[in-house]
Amino acid sequence: MGRMRGLEIPLTQTQKIRLQRALQKLESLSSKANSNASVTVADSIPVNYDDGFLKGHGTSELNGEVIATVCGVVERVNKLVYVRTLRARYKPEVGDIVVGRVIEVAPKRWRIDINFSQDAVLMLSSMNLPDGIQRRRTAVDELNMRSIFEENDVVCAEVRGFHHDGLQLQARSQKYGKLERGQLLSIPPYLVKRRKQHFHYIEEYGIDLILGCNGFIWVGEHAEPKDDMVIDEQANKSDQILKPSKYSMTLEEQERAYTPLETRQNVCRTANAIRVLSTLGFSVTIEIIMDTVTMSMSLKEIHEMLGSEFCVLVAEREAERRSSAKKKG
Amino acid sequence: MEYVSPEGLRIDGRRPMEMRKLHAEMGVVAKADGSAVFVMGNTKVIAAVYGPREVQNRSQQMSDQALVRCEYSMANFSTGDRMRKGKGDRRSTEISLVVRQTMEACILTHLMPRSQIDIYVQVLQADGGTRCACINAATLALADAAIPMRDLVTSCSAGYLNSTPLLDLNYVEDSAGGPDVTVGILPKMDKVTLLQMDSKLPIDTFDNVMQLAIEGCKAVATYIREVLLENTKQLEYHRGV
Repeated sequence: MGRMRGLEIPLTQTQKIRLQRALQKLESLSSKANSNASVTVADSIPVNYDDGFLKGHGTSELNGEVIATVCGVVERVNKLVYVRTLRARYKPEVGDIVVGRVIEVAPKRWRIDINFSQDAVLMLSSMNLPDGIQRRRTAVDELNMRSIFEENDVVCAEVRGFHHDGLQLQARSQKYGKLERGQLLSIPPYLVKRRKQHFHYIEEYGIDLILGCNGFIWVGEHAEPKDDMVIDEQANKSDQILKPSKYSMTLEEQERAYTPLETRQNVCRTANAIRVLSTLGFSVTIEIIMDTVTMSMSLKEIHEMLGSEFCVLVAEREAERRSSAKKKG
Repeated sequence: MEYVSPEGLRIDGRRPMEMRKLHAEMGVVAKADGSAVFVMGNTKVIAAVYGPREVQNRSQQMSDQALVRCEYSMANFSTGDRMRKGKGDRRSTEISLVVRQTMEACILTHLMPRSQIDIYVQVLQADGGTRCACINAATLALADAAIPMRDLVTSCSAGYLNSTPLLDLNYVEDSAGGPDVTVGILPKMDKVTLLQMDSKLPIDTFDNVMQLAIEGCKAVATYIREVLLENTKQLEYHRGV
């Protein structure tokens, strides 16, 4: 086996052997389940021609043969044959929860980078107004757009669908909106599985975790779901936090803007856990993240999580977890 | 000068129909969507692919297909004598164009409308055949970025010196001034997408030399396919169910 992609940590000889052993274990576990399903560009995919079949994404036809147009894993659903890509950019599906970064405030809309081949659009009309009243958006609302989201803000939204050749988002609930006091991580989207729950509040550590389907992950201090009525007031306050003028803030406001050290450490711990998992190429789910965070408690410093020893430990742990899951199932 | 010894060996000890050692690695640039290093003997090229992403220059946006851009550059330290050439000299503009056209021909651009794909190739070590190595590296990087392609594109060069067809010329043989045929093929579809030649060759010899280059391309394709398959398998194994 060659050098592992993305892994640029110097390993000692024993660590190298341990890591290799763990990865070999992973290989032996999964190769039984899904052998020979991997294809590369222009490989022919065996299909049952008598039975009829549907060509899905990542396939095309050449001389009556179905061939792959991307590298990935062949998936079959009834008659449909398609290639599931790894390492591709995010492909939106309606209802996906995504995290993105505002790159432009345009008339009546924000342009948001969500790791797709185009920028997504969040219309002013497809999000709740700060005052919580349902009404037509006025010119004043349009002028105040920057008080809701500015350039470079991190936001959370839901995929609404394709309209007018563009990808539209919506944020019609209190759980969506601007994300503050935390970290944005970007990992390959194939590592995030679509699930019922993408918002997680980890009470133990006082943090929020949003696993965006697009591979953008938010780890931040827990924010209470805000009451519709007081939002306006709070939005004004967060404005002041953005342009810090310490003296203009009341004590109460300063306290609200302050994140305790412990919470900040927990945010970093969780973020580092996700970083380790994604460099190893393991799928990132809430259970695995929390397990990795618990493992990291034995370390003295949080930054040691990005060192080689912890990386090897995580790999060994993953191998163990998968083999025990295999035995059970 | 004698490029093929009476024993039938070339300057670097290869046989006339022998290629240099190939080596490829994927995922070398962390921030890129796809990346690869391709090594042919002493020639080493790195390629990075960004996209499909939003078109930077709105006026270039196409509503029915993706825009493909390519930039070729040569690292200052890549050649024996350290030369300071700015961006956009004639040679690199030409190779950028060649790589772009070759890759554009195989990318299924209609599947990614209103987006742009950037391919950056840089020569880290130059020892002849940089053009071929660039195309091979770009193919790997595009496949790594999971950009849909009709087929792989592979490229290899061949020359004709001392009345012998030679496969995969190195720098010394390349600068001998003899004919140098660079071929790019789509191995599965069995089509030629690139054919360039310096100096002249009689038509019957040309046939032989080109056939040799095509054989070289096919050998490269076999290797690239192995690398891609191994990479895909590794990703899938690590991800788990």
